[in-house]
Amino acid sequence: MKIMTCPLNGPRNITEFQCHGEVHHEVDPTTASDKEWSDYLWMSNNTAGVVREWWCHTPSNYWFLAERNTVTDEILATFAVPADGPLGEVK
Amino acid sequence: MVFALLKYGMTGRYPARQEIPLTPELQPHYDVVIIGGGGHGASLAYHLAKNHNIRNVAILEKGYLGGGNTARNTTVIRSNYTDQRSIKFYAKSLRLYESLSNELDYNMMYSRRGQLTLSHSDGVSRSLRLRADAGVFCGEANEILDRKQIKDLVPSLNLDIKGMPILSGLWHKNAAIARHDAVVWGYAIRACERGVELHQRTEVLGMDVANNKVTRVRTNRGDISAGLVVQCVAGYSSVVAKMVGLKLPIRSYPLQAMVTHPVKPFLDPMVSSTALHCYISQSARGELVIGGGSDPYELYNTRSTLELKEGLAASALELFPFIGELKVLRQWAGITDMTPDYSPIMGQSPISNYWLDAGWGTWGFKATPASGYFMAQAMANNRVPDEIRPFQLERFDRFDLVNEMGATAASH
Ligand SMILES: Cc1cc2nc3c(=O)[nH]c(=O)nc-3n(C[C@H](O)[C@H](O)[C@H](O)COP(=O)(O)OP(=O)(O)OC[C@H]3O[C@@H](n4cnc5c(N)ncnc54)[C@H](O)[C@@H]3O)c2cc1C
Repeated sequence: MKIMTCPLNGPRNITEFQCHGEVHHEVDPTTASDKEWSDYLWMSNNTAGVVREWWCHTPSNYWFLAERNTVTDEILATFAVPADGPLGEVK
Repeated sequence: MVFALLKYGMTGRYPARQEIPLTPELQPHYDVVIIGGGGHGASLAYHLAKNHNIRNVAILEKGYLGGGNTARNTTVIRSNYTDQRSIKFYAKSLRLYESLSNELDYNMMYSRRGQLTLSHSDGVSRSLRLRADAGVFCGEANEILDRKQIKDLVPSLNLDIKGMPILSGLWHKNAAIARHDAVVWGYAIRACERGVELHQRTEVLGMDVANNKVTRVRTNRGDISAGLVVQCVAGYSSVVAKMVGLKLPIRSYPLQAMVTHPVKPFLDPMVSSTALHCYISQSARGELVIGGGSDPYELYNTRSTLELKEGLAASALELFPFIGELKVLRQWAGITDMTPDYSPIMGQSPISNYWLDAGWGTWGFKATPASGYFMAQAMANNRVPDEIRPFQLERFDRFDLVNEMGATAASH
């Protein structure tokens, strides 16, 4: 069984977590062009390599960030969401 | 006996057939370069050569012919989708499959079994009725069965699953299975006979784009140029599209499956339950082929997990409780290129000589003949035929999605 280390709950079984996709820049729907908006909704980097993602520990509903290698299936690091400052988004 | 065999083997009169040619030297230029030697790449090459007389074609395959998802799929072939645009497309593929052994003079072991999709709730019963009627409207054979009819059709099925009894079923009698390897081999052999070059262990590493045109394809065996370039790389769609600067609405997830050891034939139709995330068929060898839902997070890795296999086994046991004694013989995963609407992306890309055959996710084996047929037509005439026009990449900009999630959620 694969283990993920939750910043709040410590090492837990991966089945307790849900992945919510890559951390990316939010687009402002009131100012975005149609093309920017559809790209934001549908397109994905789908990176083969290291990605930074939103994860949630579902039993405690605790949201955090994780860095993961999508080729080797390794979890490299997990972080609490910083109170301020960048989340390390990708374009 | 032994001597007769030896004599037979040693004489030059019965040479071994080399059906798939050895990889030739790369030439500097091809009219069409196909990236990816799976079923889709091979089918496209065959249809380009046969139907459009375009023979100066190279298939570039980084591994071996048909070693990607083509080798890993559970070979469900069906047309019982929801949207008329998809029903018509997959129906064409089903028709092409029905005559494919003759067309290629190669045994596909095509076996028409029929598929039974189960409902355990009123909501799903309604959606099955919608699918049945939509299919019938397009001329495809679909029927709704009640419990008694289901029992008659599959006597070994457990209808009274605790907490989720089977209420009704969608019977799709023309659904079939076929031998996956034979499909890609057959297309590749007949394409190569017509002059197509198959380059195995030839990986595309990058592409040069100038003036919105691909000018150079860089491989581990040297650089080449091409009139048209098309990608048919399934799970690696985003990786290859990135080489020409394209971003796609695709996320790559592993899909796992497994087979049990062989037993006597007891299951003729394929049985599928979206609620249980499980579908089962019995192969010609007698093995139970068991597949289900995708992995929970994106990954470019074909490792298997115990959780998923346990889940599959648990669901299979609900349907057929007596198979608890069977052992799992083989288990594996493929990397599937999932789109938001569970429909493929076929047609032109924003780059003028670059074409896309992608987003085949967990459902693309059944489309192998038709995707090659229509993509060849599109590339030969530089005009996307009406049958695949709804599946172009630009549908996402128009919010004109072809939603087949409901008809695909058991992932086959
Ligand atoms: C477990 C499982 C079950 C499935 N069950 C079904 C089913 O029941 N019915 C159904 O219709 N579909 C099913 N599918 C989906 C189906 O297998 C695929 O959609 C289909 O096989 C895709 O064919 P393809 O030729 O596009 O891709 P593939 O067969 O994956 O071929 C793509 C090829 O591209 C090559 N490639 C990748 N990158 C490069 C590069 N840079 N350079 C050169 N070559 C490259 C790869 O090596 C690979 O051989 C299933 C898939 C899986 C994994």
